[in-house]
Amino acid sequence: MSPTDARGAVGPVGQPLPHESAALHVSGQATYTDDLPELAGTLHCALGLSPLAHGRLLGIDVDALRAQPGVVAVLTAADIPGRNDCGAIVHDEPILAEGELQYLGQPVFAVLSASRDTARRVAALAAQVLRTEPLPALLTPEAAHAAGQHVVPSMHLRRGDADAALARAPHRLSGHLDLGGQEQFYLEGQISYAIPQEGGGMRVHCSTQHPSEMQHAVAHALGVASHRVQVLCRRMGGGFGGKESQSALFACVAAVAAQRLQRPVKLRLDRDDDFMVTGRRHCFVHDWETGFDDAGRVLGARIEMVSRAGFSADLSAPVMTRALCHFDNAYWLPHVAMAGHCARTHTQSNTAFRGFGGPQGALAIELALDDIARHLGRDPLDVRLVNLYGADDSTGDGSGERDTTPYGQRVDDNVLRPLIGELVASSGYRERRQAIADFNAASPVLKKGLALTPVKFGISFNVVHLNQAGALVHVHADGSVLVNHGGTEMGQGLHTKVAQVVAQTLGVDLARVRVTATDTDKVPNTSATAASTGSDLNGQAAADAARQVRQRLAQFLAQRHGVAAEGIAFAAGQVALPGTAQTLRFDDVVADAYLARVQLWSDGFYATPRLHWDRQTLQGRPFYYFAYGAAVSEVVVDTLTGETKVLRADLLHDVGRSLNPALDIGQIEGGFVQGMGWLTSEELVWHPQTGRLLTHAPSTYKIPTASDCPADFRVRLFDNANAEDTVHRSKAVGEPPLLLAFSVFLAIRDAIALAGAPRCRPPLRAPATPEAVLDALNAVRAAERTCT
Amino acid sequence: MSLASQAPDTDPGAPPCRPIRFVHRGQVQEVAGLPPTTTVLQWLREHARCSGTKEGCAEGDCGACTVVVGALDAQGVLQRHTVNACIQLLPMLDGKALFTVEDVTAQGVAQGVALHPCQQALVDCHGSQCGFCTPGFVMSLWQVYERHATPLPRIELAEALAGNLCRCTGYRPILDAGERMHDAPRQTLDTAPTVALLQGLAAQPPLHHAGPSQHFHAPRTLAELAALRLALPEATLLAGATDIGLWVTKQFRPLGDIVHLGRVAELQAITRTSDGSPDGTLLIGAGASLEAAWQALSMAMPELRELWKRFASPPVRHAGTLGGNLANGSPIGDSAPVLLALDARLLLRRGARLRELPLSAFYLGHMRNALEAGEFLQAIRVPLPAPAPREVLRAYKVSKRRDSDIATLCAGLWLRLEGETITAARLGWGGMAATACRAPQAEAALVGQPWNEATLRRAQAALALDFHPIDDLRASAAYRRQAAAGLLERFWLETRAQQPLPPEQVQVWPARPSAAPGGPP
Repeated sequence: MSPTDARGAVGPVGQPLPHESAALHVSGQATYTDDLPELAGTLHCALGLSPLAHGRLLGIDVDALRAQPGVVAVLTAADIPGRNDCGAIVHDEPILAEGELQYLGQPVFAVLSASRDTARRVAALAAQVLRTEPLPALLTPEAAHAAGQHVVPSMHLRRGDADAALARAPHRLSGHLDLGGQEQFYLEGQISYAIPQEGGGMRVHCSTQHPSEMQHAVAHALGVASHRVQVLCRRMGGGFGGKESQSALFACVAAVAAQRLQRPVKLRLDRDDDFMVTGRRHCFVHDWETGFDDAGRVLGARIEMVSRAGFSADLSAPVMTRALCHFDNAYWLPHVAMAGHCARTHTQSNTAFRGFGGPQGALAIELALDDIARHLGRDPLDVRLVNLYGADDSTGDGSGERDTTPYGQRVDDNVLRPLIGELVASSGYRERRQAIADFNAASPVLKKGLALTPVKFGISFNVVHLNQAGALVHVHADGSVLVNHGGTEMGQGLHTKVAQVVAQTLGVDLARVRVTATDTDKVPNTSATAASTGSDLNGQAAADAARQVRQRLAQFLAQRHGVAAEGIAFAAGQVALPGTAQTLRFDDVVADAYLARVQLWSDGFYATPRLHWDRQTLQGRPFYYFAYGAAVSEVVVDTLTGETKVLRADLLHDVGRSLNPALDIGQIEGGFVQGMGWLTSEELVWHPQTGRLLTHAPSTYKIPTASDCPADFRVRLFDNANAEDTVHRSKAVGEPPLLLAFSVFLAIRDAIALAGAPRCRPPLRAPATPEAVLDALNAVRAAERTCT
Repeated sequence: MSLASQAPDTDPGAPPCRPIRFVHRGQVQEVAGLPPTTTVLQWLREHARCSGTKEGCAEGDCGACTVVVGALDAQGVLQRHTVNACIQLLPMLDGKALFTVEDVTAQGVAQGVALHPCQQALVDCHGSQCGFCTPGFVMSLWQVYERHATPLPRIELAEALAGNLCRCTGYRPILDAGERMHDAPRQTLDTAPTVALLQGLAAQPPLHHAGPSQHFHAPRTLAELAALRLALPEATLLAGATDIGLWVTKQFRPLGDIVHLGRVAELQAITRTSDGSPDGTLLIGAGASLEAAWQALSMAMPELRELWKRFASPPVRHAGTLGGNLANGSPIGDSAPVLLALDARLLLRRGARLRELPLSAFYLGHMRNALEAGEFLQAIRVPLPAPAPREVLRAYKVSKRRDSDIATLCAGLWLRLEGETITAARLGWGGMAATACRAPQAEAALVGQPWNEATLRRAQAALALDFHPIDDLRASAAYRRQAAAGLLERFWLETRAQQPLPPEQVQVWPARPSAAPGGPP
């Protein structure tokens, strides 16, 4: 069934159309912030960074810096006219450090020069010009948590009586997971280009997922009203959450420098500085306990999560909330007690990254279920199946109770049983399980492993008020359409999808619709393009605006032609009048409507319905709906070196009625490979004494390459329509597929377990580097020797 | 030339200063007055205003800046290779042609289509998302397209793209594009205009370029190089800039005057001779690219193919040289362990004097070697293993990521067997100590013994005494010890007399079958 057939109408929605910028990308003509022509007098800025993880800042030898050839200015915290803060939620994050140095890499001063090279070379003198006094540093989340250092109060999410359920359970296990963080590694580093405007205003071209927040942060730093600051972003070279809040520091420094010097200022970070200054996905330390029955049904669970927040709060609190709200992943946990602690460490402040804590929380329950299965000697898939939300076929349990999440939201759109059933069949899971056993029995060095993992991911910002969006649709007198909305384009194809929705609504060819750069002068008070909500929110807002223009055109035609407005159809650039054989060209209708003084542009607005959330009790309906998926991965492990390779991956994912299957498949595959990198090769290492991040560039921090793409990679969309009234019944797709990569990690764990004694539970940490794998192999072999 | 005249004249014997001249966008570009450490990427983006080529890392590891550099070979044919513009210094382009994404786009337009087939295939396969890495992928795919009329096997395509990182797509659509680009009517570059322009540049004298505070010399002959090296013993010797480029972009190290080896044709020669070893010797000029050198090594010894393909990335192998990889003295270079196992010898030149030194005597400590002031590495002499008596060789690399990663540990393992008895052993290791070095105690445990499991275990135990590796960001010392023992075990499983196992049974990244005949077991 083709996507158009599903709707019974022809139009761009549902078509696998290329990204709106694809031809510009491949020809090198797509413009990123650094590609904008530089204005005369542009200065380049570089940041001097703290050489200490923790210390007192006693002084800065600014004169020594200013004396360097080519230096135009050196700015410190004292030069910030407004508030020296760019914290996203809590105001605990100085733009430039003053008084205290809180991590190695924290920006302390800014050097301005006509030459970027000169600015960087002078900024690199930081260690020589800063007078400091070291203080003891907390460099691990465990150490900070033990010291009682947290960026926000600890959170608790409970249902039922976990203690009693654990005490009653026939079986109990405890588990632990060291789960590493992840660098966004957007290919385009952080950049802001600030241009002074008349009347104390500022225009900032910024690579950011959140222009409105950048606007507000710059306004506060400059001490001016928001309406004097304009932030623009045509596109980013990747964001992944790293440019949600953390683009603010660079926007603020560039703007402050531009205002002080009244010259355009560009601040483009070198890749190493980007690693040293900005934060990333939180690493987590999980400790849990489960109680379960003979079938592996979880009867009670308790978990303590400690995250590495870094030196400031940034988005650590909502990240932890989402981690707690995803510990259930796809499973009914009747009695559960969770605690989340955001440990304040003297390292970069961790932030959003695709999944936003969801992956960290959900992986814990997957490990816990894997342990249960191994303890009971059952296939982990079977233990997952008996724990899924919804009616338990084996016991005849009703679905009523088994449908509610620990935070009180009903799971009423669950498709996981049919989805997993389809994937088990299409992937040949059961047959391959036997084939792997046969292979391993005959293979002395290489061992294979297999795993199927599901994902259920809640869609909406956990903070209700953020779930709103605005858009402008302008129909020009020649019939061409210009769209602006609050979302940002970072590669995910948001502008393509929004253009498809607008073209569909107005019944014009996609080529007649252009989406402009995101611009705070057009739609104000926008939310970040984050939480996978970009097309849900902005697509609805743009459709709302387009519908209003269409209605005006229909009313105009109804009056002129004496037909019913409701019956007028807009499709394929034509307008069909009801009850007549007459069709008009859209462009002609627009031209006539202009002459008849019809308003041909409109705003549009959308607020996600039915959401409510109590931040104190962590109860409510934080999500409009859930997105579902599952994956089967097969890996091979070298038991001599711990090296691994993914042999095959089968992905089946629910995007509702796809707005654009090509873009959605791209998000699913890209998210899977990115998640695979997080859980295998992407290791972050800080120096244990100095707190210096040692993996600070692609030479030392290893994201997947083309060879890591599974040689056998089968990706399909699950046939489903969103139960909620989303834009064309589609579902969000940005983050959920990242969790499909759990199957890789658990397949590696499976291979290790199959190399050890029956029922062993490999203590595999993430990422599963060769060393982590070999350590886990050593542990299961030692256990085997102990047993025999 | 006004700035050039301000530069200190450190070498009165050198040819007069002249601008850098190279071909870009169909024209000869002439550049004077910029510091010689200006990178090709800086020139493109900041001076030529060609912003299609992107900076992702400024260290040659992400490929967003991939460009193609062409030069005429001895037969006058335009040879082209991908390199990382972010760490190529602009004077290295002198006399060459630079191709960027703008050229590929123009090639499509010139041939009457909106986009070149490699670009159109990326659009059709949805191979770009954020698009920032895309121009780099276009350049790598364009090179594959120009060299191959039919699709490469998927794994070789992935190897050709090993120097390009994409964070969005997961690579599947890009690999698809690399196959589909061959579907469209074929349109290769008409090289004649570039060849004509390069022939015009060939008559230029050797480059002596001066920036505001330093000179750049690019001699053309070995004799000129030897003389310059003696005259300027403090100058930085620059080959492919895959390491020195980072001294500039990341460490801000002053390079002083620069002597560039890249234009000395004699240094790039690779010849197979019969002297020395019974099965012959490869004599590899120190200036031969890593790609050319490892291709030659792998042709002679197919067991090395996998290490060749996992050695850095294609753009780095095209720019970097075998001599640079050895003389740089890094403990983690992938060449030294294998060349130690092969008992390679170095030809060191100082003025007219040529001396030969075993590679095993070259490294004196971390980043320190036996080169004297005024001396340079001229060539590497590599004896080839003999089929009889049986000599077995393997090269293994362990890293966090298969491609384009620095080795956690790297091993070149060689044995001579007479019957079942080991009569000689050379085990070269990288990543295990401050320099690449051999494992004398493990070797001693092997020699004179039958190649059986008991001997393996004794050699593993001895290996633990040979090294005191360190904990670093790549792995712990304990891991390195255990994995090294594991590699020795893999070597035994693959080469033992009884029931040797094929690579695909003991490696997750097995060496693929090679068409080359006569490889050892």
